[in-house]
Amino acid sequence: MSNQGKMDCGRRRLIVATAAVGGVGAVAALVPFVSSLLPSERAKAAGAPVEVDISKLEPGQMITVEWRGKPVWIINRTQEMLDTLPKLDDQVADPHSNVEQQQPAYAKNETRSIKPEMLVVVGICTHLGCSPSSKFKAGAEEGMPGDWLGGFLCPCHGSTFDFAGRVFKAKPAPTNLEVPPHVYLSDTRILIGEDQKGA
Amino acid sequence: MAAGNSEKYKSDGSIAGNVLEWVDARFPATSLWKEHLSEYYAPKNFNFWYFFGSLALLVLVIQIVTGIFLVMHYKPDASLNAAGVPVAFASVEYIMRDVPGGWLIRYMHSTGASAFFIVVYLHMFRGLLYGSYRKPRELTWLFGVGIFLVLMGEAFFGYLLPWGQMSYWGAQVIVNLFGAIPFVGNDLSLLIRGDYVVGDATLNRFFSFHVIAFPLILLGLVAAHILALHETGSNNPDGIEIKANKDENGIPRDGIPFHPYYTVKDIVGVVVFLMVFSAIMFFAPEGGGYFLETPNFYPADPLKTPPHIAPVWYFTPYYSILRAMVWNFFGLDAKFWGVVAMGASVVIFAFLPWLDRSPVKSIRYRGPIAKVMITLFVICFFILGYLGTLSPSPMGELISQVCTVFYFAFFLGMPWWSRMDKFKPVPERVTMK
Repeated sequence: MSNQGKMDCGRRRLIVATAAVGGVGAVAALVPFVSSLLPSERAKAAGAPVEVDISKLEPGQMITVEWRGKPVWIINRTQEMLDTLPKLDDQVADPHSNVEQQQPAYAKNETRSIKPEMLVVVGICTHLGCSPSSKFKAGAEEGMPGDWLGGFLCPCHGSTFDFAGRVFKAKPAPTNLEVPPHVYLSDTRILIGEDQKGA
Repeated sequence: MAAGNSEKYKSDGSIAGNVLEWVDARFPATSLWKEHLSEYYAPKNFNFWYFFGSLALLVLVIQIVTGIFLVMHYKPDASLNAAGVPVAFASVEYIMRDVPGGWLIRYMHSTGASAFFIVVYLHMFRGLLYGSYRKPRELTWLFGVGIFLVLMGEAFFGYLLPWGQMSYWGAQVIVNLFGAIPFVGNDLSLLIRGDYVVGDATLNRFFSFHVIAFPLILLGLVAAHILALHETGSNNPDGIEIKANKDENGIPRDGIPFHPYYTVKDIVGVVVFLMVFSAIMFFAPEGGGYFLETPNFYPADPLKTPPHIAPVWYFTPYYSILRAMVWNFFGLDAKFWGVVAMGASVVIFAFLPWLDRSPVKSIRYRGPIAKVMITLFVICFFILGYLGTLSPSPMGELISQVCTVFYFAFFLGMPWWSRMDKFKPVPERVTMK
């Protein structure tokens, strides 16, 4: 070619500028697609609080209610269940509930609850989101080790939790089960999903 | 192409010949046919292990065709119908019970998913035996690893669609895996789910990925895999280059045209494969609980995890590796390292072409170290796969940790153990045994 070795710098700048503008446009075109993957307005609005009647919940019983698509357990703990908690302080990873986001401030106590006997937790393992099964009987009766005092076992990866939803040490789950915001509307009615009456 | 196709491939004067000449002037029909079939010279010593590439193509076709027909009846909808059953789950039951032939099409598809992984694993094992990933076929291998990754995604997305208990909780676990990535993890899993829990939004996007996005990527990668293979030419059980010895016409002396020689050979493979495939499909479509897991016959219940959950068999080796990581390192918890180990155990296949430093490609001319290492690797892979189907136990955890260490030692130690072996002399020409 006749113009070999000579570069038209003006033309080259134009090519680079055109390619750059095209590239910016292509990246900008991703925005609507990626944002469409985020939770929709309807999904965001679907987090309404749930009211639960616990008048029929006998000591030692547990009920499961759905809140934001997740299981929330309400357990009326017996005195024996509560007595196991202090014994396990040195076996659980976070005995004093120091991880702030796992419970509201009013549940950061020995029993991780407002009323000592009544535990309200999200029944979702903090490892990978399975729902643990209840293994309330102490000892090996439900396939647990002989020194088991009762609590929960996650079937997916074997994390174990005590009667306050505290995770045992050296298990895959990193933190205790989450205590959702909740409030007693009366002695027998709990509102899950809100901190204050009428808020 | 410098010379036009119409000049290269002249009509013989017949009507068919005239039509072909007309097409060739406008589309490279004859040259594509010759390049990839009738004049693609493959080594004449292919053995049993060389069936699985063409079988993988066959299964791909089965999956696409059955998938097209399933989509005509399936509904990706997590809401409950009048009977209180999720619509998606009910539509699968509808296909099984009310759509004429629907049960057969669905069992073809579900058996096809497992069959896909069986043939792909055997195809990959062939590569390991005969050094098919070695220079100059690194890119063929990399496209293959890409196919494997996309296939895993495709299988994972597809498994959510029946919206059974295992679908739901399996997806819950795998999506939450991404949450283990520091800083961006939780936002990333939110972006994948499209909701705060696995729900209707998740089901619909997985459906879209499963029927459109991933099949398109898969087809593109398969085309690239075959084009790259045909550029370098196929390896063979002796691991020697047939192109190093060509006759006066430039045709490899040890090569035979793919068509008709290997197309006919592959028909034999297809017939035998379809016999096994049909036997499973008709007599054991659940594959003993490994192909279709029992909890998946219950509709998804977001409030209750089945007492025992495990992935489908083809994911269990990696799932075991995930579970084997129980230690916190560098201030990051075990959950993150489990995800890293699991990801690494799949991606590490991509590095094989550069990890293997053996002077010969084929296992036939490699010494005892390679044979022992590959055997142990396969045993470890099976043990990990088996343990992944079981509930977690202390003994299983220990065994899976030992196997995980060996799994990685096999790859990371390969630059050393592959070199210090004893090797046999490699023949000049391929051998027929």
